[in-house]
Amino acid sequence: MPAAITVQDVRKRFRRYRQRPTSIKERALRIRVHAEELWALKGVSVDVQEGETLGLLGPNGSGKTTLLKIIAGILRPTGGTVTTRGRIASLLALGAGFHKELTGRENIYLNASLMGLSRADTNRRFDDIVAFAEVEDFIDNQVKFYSSGMYVRLGFAVAAHVDPAILLVDEVLAVGDLAFQRKCLDKVEEFQQEGRTIVFVTHAPDQVVRVCDRAIILNQGNVVNEGNPHDVVRDFRRLMSRQDLAYGWDRGTREIEIISAEIFGRDGETKEVFFPGDELVIQLDLKANVPEVEDPVVSFAIHDDQNRFVYGTNTDWRHARIPTFDGKQRVQFLVKSLPFVDGRYYVTLGVHSRDSRHVFHLQEQRYSFDVVRGEEDPGVVWIPVECRVERL
Amino acid sequence: MQFSTKGKILAAGGEVLVRTSEPTDLHPISRFGEILGAREIISNLVRKDVKVKYKSSILGAAWSMLNPILYLAVFTLVFTKVLPNDVPHFPVYLLSGLLAWNVFSNSLSFATRSVVDNGNLVTKVYFPREALPLASIGTALVDFILQALVLGIFMLVFRYRFWGINLLLLPLACVALLAFTNALALWVSALNVRYRDTQHLVQLGLVLWFWLTPVVYPSGLLASGRLAGRSLFGISVYHLVLVNPMADIVLGFQRALYKVVTPSGSGGQPILLPVSLGWLAMVLGAVTVGSLLLLLFSWRSFFRMAGDFAEEL
Repeated sequence: MPAAITVQDVRKRFRRYRQRPTSIKERALRIRVHAEELWALKGVSVDVQEGETLGLLGPNGSGKTTLLKIIAGILRPTGGTVTTRGRIASLLALGAGFHKELTGRENIYLNASLMGLSRADTNRRFDDIVAFAEVEDFIDNQVKFYSSGMYVRLGFAVAAHVDPAILLVDEVLAVGDLAFQRKCLDKVEEFQQEGRTIVFVTHAPDQVVRVCDRAIILNQGNVVNEGNPHDVVRDFRRLMSRQDLAYGWDRGTREIEIISAEIFGRDGETKEVFFPGDELVIQLDLKANVPEVEDPVVSFAIHDDQNRFVYGTNTDWRHARIPTFDGKQRVQFLVKSLPFVDGRYYVTLGVHSRDSRHVFHLQEQRYSFDVVRGEEDPGVVWIPVECRVERL
Repeated sequence: MQFSTKGKILAAGGEVLVRTSEPTDLHPISRFGEILGAREIISNLVRKDVKVKYKSSILGAAWSMLNPILYLAVFTLVFTKVLPNDVPHFPVYLLSGLLAWNVFSNSLSFATRSVVDNGNLVTKVYFPREALPLASIGTALVDFILQALVLGIFMLVFRYRFWGINLLLLPLACVALLAFTNALALWVSALNVRYRDTQHLVQLGLVLWFWLTPVVYPSGLLASGRLAGRSLFGISVYHLVLVNPMADIVLGFQRALYKVVTPSGSGGQPILLPVSLGWLAMVLGAVTVGSLLLLLFSWRSFFRMAGDFAEEL
């Protein structure tokens, strides 16, 4: 059976003009325009079989979105060919192609027709779309009055209902609230069962492991790894931990910023290798970028190399409230005894409001440490055991 | 079970798309089929444009009718009171030409901005880009219908006798108008993506072009009166005007609807160019053929540039 998507040696060059000539006068005055060339894709080949779900991982600027746009037909490759079979629905960034002045209802029809759905078909699916997006009460309001969440929900709902053979999803799932993210993932799974082809771009490796059949990593315009999601995600973490800070999965409003963080052992020396039962300190230096923040919560989480969530806690649960945060402060979490036996563990650090609605700064799995066991500690968790021998 | 579902989904939209780096050559017939397949996109875009235009306005579509009524009032006042001319039923004369001109001028000004203004669609969804300038023409045609209504009502109220063989010119003039408008619209919409000067140039050009086209002044003046026999570079003004396709098209509309060439009792002073119906039909046929050739040319350049629209916006 032919592949649903065949990408053959696709290269894409962007010309970045220092000052792009957008008028005839400028073009005439400067016969040679200085342009920086930027190769966003440097020869990418990948096949996606029908019914397969491919996860596309990569740091920012690695060419993921460019590849998706070329598959969707929005951008033209500079070299190579892309062949697709079947209707494509693409969901790139927020609310693909909504017009702010139109109502939700009108936008559904416009957007659905852009993706190739006829008016009669849209009529039939209209109620499903509205119900899925949960915008029943606002369907006749102009979308300029929609919240960003409603906007994204409506966008996803339309794309999910145009009956595509190929669905391209670009990081949109990170925007909605948790309940909607779950709903989207359920829809994606439904699509998989129906044998549709999905290409899934994301920053969240958990989703790749959960959803995808196969994953690839793009880095600086090249495919650097390809294979089953578990292996690829592990490799991806390794890649990311080597990346410059600017590339990490950093997000948040930065009202409070994590300026540095360290993991060290009992002696206060920064280290990356621990033994089961060791003491471990996670230390964060934080800085407020606004005069003061009420009641922030600092938290950490640990994932293992299968990306399973192992443990997490925060200042609130540990009864270390910070009533007001100003200037610079240091937070230390003292893990009294490491319960891990073996493996690499990834640490996520975050500062957020008490209700977790406002994320000030989140560094997802930026830090890692290894635990190596001795010969004498088989098992999954390390349990501190004292051993006594008595003569009776 | 699973397998049969797969088959269904592939069949649901089994089109195979191949994309390469080379701007593919335009195959007008197969491309026309694709655009025909996208007619719902076009009609939805027209709907959008019309809705957005009249959103939050109380009078709504009446604004489109006010434009010709205002023209009518101003020019009737100017040409019957301030600078009296001898055109009987001046309002009918004016509106029949203005109808054609407005389609042309509105289409071009909407089309110039169409790709740029719909940047959020172009960068997010793939669809035949021609839909955008075509929708602009569609929007102008909606205005055309409203304005034709004004003229129709006017003719009925004043019992203007427009019925006759002359009306046969109307479809021909419409075809010529659409072909010519399409050719220019595709071209300016693509050009404006690269050079935003285009939209300003088009506006200026349209003003100039309007006065080069006999819409408010009677073209008969060129055949007689002061301009008769004058020439420019050895070509008589009379013929020079006919080089302008819009003059031919406007003349076609006027001849079809207004009809009067030389009003009785005017001393033989013609209002419309005194050419025979057959001759005018031939000119309009030539304009259509020429426009279709031009359309092929501008469509090809649009098609080549369209692949990079998403990048340039």
